[in-house]
Amino acid sequence: MLITEIFKMAFSSLGANKLRSSLTMTGITIGVFSVIGVMTAVTALRGSIETGLSFLGTNMFQFAKYPTGIQDNGRNRRKYDIRRNVTLAQAMRYKQLMEGVSDVICLKVFSQDDDLPQAVYENRKSSPAITFGGSNEYFIDANQYTIDLGRNISPEDVELGRPVVVIGQGILQKLFPAETPLGKMIKISGRTYTVVGTFAEKGTSFGQSQDDIAIVPITRFLSDYGANRFTINIATQAPSQLVYNDTVDKAITAMRIVRGLKPEDENDFELYSNDSLVAAFAKVADAVAAGSFVISGIALLAAGVGIMNIMLVSVTERTKEIGIRKSIGARRTSILSQFLIESVAISLMGGLAGILLGVLVGNIVASMLKASMVFPWDWAMIGIFVCSGIGVGFGFYPAWKAARLDPIEALRFE
Amino acid sequence: MSSSTPVPVAPENRITRPAGPVVIEIEGVTKLYRMGSEIIHALRGVSLNIRRNEYLAIMGPSGSGKSTLMNMLGCLDTPTAGRYEFSGKNVATMVDDELADIRNREIGFVFQTFNLLPRSTALNNVELPLIYAGYSPSVRRQKALQALENVGLANRVHHKPNELSGGQRQRVAIARALVNNPSIILADEPTGNLDSKTGVEIMALFEQLYEQGNTIIVVTHEEDIARHARRIVRLRDGLIESDGPV
Repeated sequence: MLITEIFKMAFSSLGANKLRSSLTMTGITIGVFSVIGVMTAVTALRGSIETGLSFLGTNMFQFAKYPTGIQDNGRNRRKYDIRRNVTLAQAMRYKQLMEGVSDVICLKVFSQDDDLPQAVYENRKSSPAITFGGSNEYFIDANQYTIDLGRNISPEDVELGRPVVVIGQGILQKLFPAETPLGKMIKISGRTYTVVGTFAEKGTSFGQSQDDIAIVPITRFLSDYGANRFTINIATQAPSQLVYNDTVDKAITAMRIVRGLKPEDENDFELYSNDSLVAAFAKVADAVAAGSFVISGIALLAAGVGIMNIMLVSVTERTKEIGIRKSIGARRTSILSQFLIESVAISLMGGLAGILLGVLVGNIVASMLKASMVFPWDWAMIGIFVCSGIGVGFGFYPAWKAARLDPIEALRFE
Repeated sequence: MSSSTPVPVAPENRITRPAGPVVIEIEGVTKLYRMGSEIIHALRGVSLNIRRNEYLAIMGPSGSGKSTLMNMLGCLDTPTAGRYEFSGKNVATMVDDELADIRNREIGFVFQTFNLLPRSTALNNVELPLIYAGYSPSVRRQKALQALENVGLANRVHHKPNELSGGQRQRVAIARALVNNPSIILADEPTGNLDSKTGVEIMALFEQLYEQGNTIIVVTHEEDIARHARRIVRLRDGLIESDGPV
């Protein structure tokens, strides 16, 4: 019962110094905001990567010369550069070796970013730097597209190297706003292709449109732009989850054969799957989280010092009040808890504001990257816990100082 | 002024209540202070008994040890040596929190500068000792309202100290001192910050409280104020110079 009264006292004196209290809170708010904001965004992105994004289709894994889109710079990059490209011949051999193990094998190759491929029809142009690649009939399985109009790339298209193209909704809307695209001739990077189909809309991923895409038969792509310039990515679908690991093992063996590796050689190709993409993202996310931890740790430390400072000022200012309270029978613990509650309240309210702000901004960032909203309860709880700790930790010395004041000296204070 | 303001009683009409059992027993109390390299003997061996229902004035010039004795009586301080018993309990060896409990239950302080909490209303100020005593909000409110009524401030309960006159502030302080029904009321220069007319009113209030059965100790350097008491203890140089009826 006494403690509820002490709560009231603490809040009434905080209310009497609104500006000071809220300025002190701001420090905590900033510290908590930075970590909660980052963690909210990361949690939201992680969630959407684990559920929606799925780079590859179900039970799929992919071989490639380079590791996943995660940027590696300098020395690491060179290590991958000196690897041999995966050629079409190797890829076809692989496909052959995998017959009976997996029927769904997607070969794909993409133009490099600095080619800035653009699709043109009459005087209309797509946005610059579309995703332009060559593949086979399994592209839609491997990358989770569906055909909207017309047809998919067929095995015959690949075999004969036909100049046909399937385009995404982004290109469709720019080039054919009011007419059917089927049978029309469009130009991409100086070559002409006949549109045979369109992909259904897929939306954006990480702020990048997945609908500005044009896929031609892989054989055509390589003969048009030079087979030597490109390395082929091979996506393989295991027939079921049950035989996934088995399929991966067999696929690696097949890859080693087509790459001509000796038993003692390391794999000169990367294997990745949805799981490994998630893991690679998690690695980046963990680094970002660690960075934000350090920053918010420093901010919270500074804010804690701010709280201690303001509480020391408060104790000095209210020496007389402490003297009065002691003279009429306040025990040390009563004074101690009154001041501790004040510092914890400052810290907690600042922390709550930081959590709300962080969740808000984190979700805004996440929604700009097309991830779904989350409320990171675990981080919010940790935030509350840490703020209480800061309030107690940095408020203790001033409160202890107040509790130990000599009532006679305190009463004499003017 | 409220109708319950006590009217000053002429000295010849004052009654003296029979003294009750001993409430404060001090024997051979000394107090030393260290000030730099100098040791100050504030009290050099004071012995004093105070009984329930007494109205006592402690007098002395500054430096006589008067304030030190008052702090000791008020359990704000403990003696360097000697015996101090409050209602049979040995105060001299008590620790901080035990002294706080004695101050809360047994002593009602009235200060020269009132010492009210400026942001709290009269009612909240009077409730404060009851909060630390652990009373429930409803009991607290009832007791505090009663105490404010007793000092004639029933119509000022929701005023803050800066909305009250000096005399009214001192009456709030007296209500606060009375509210927990203490064994003694300890007043330190209670009229020191008041004009003489208000001072007289406050002393009349003390007279009334005394007649109602309270034990009152007034510390003062003013002869006029001391004469309101029934017994005067005079201090000089840390020793009791005289102790007797007015």
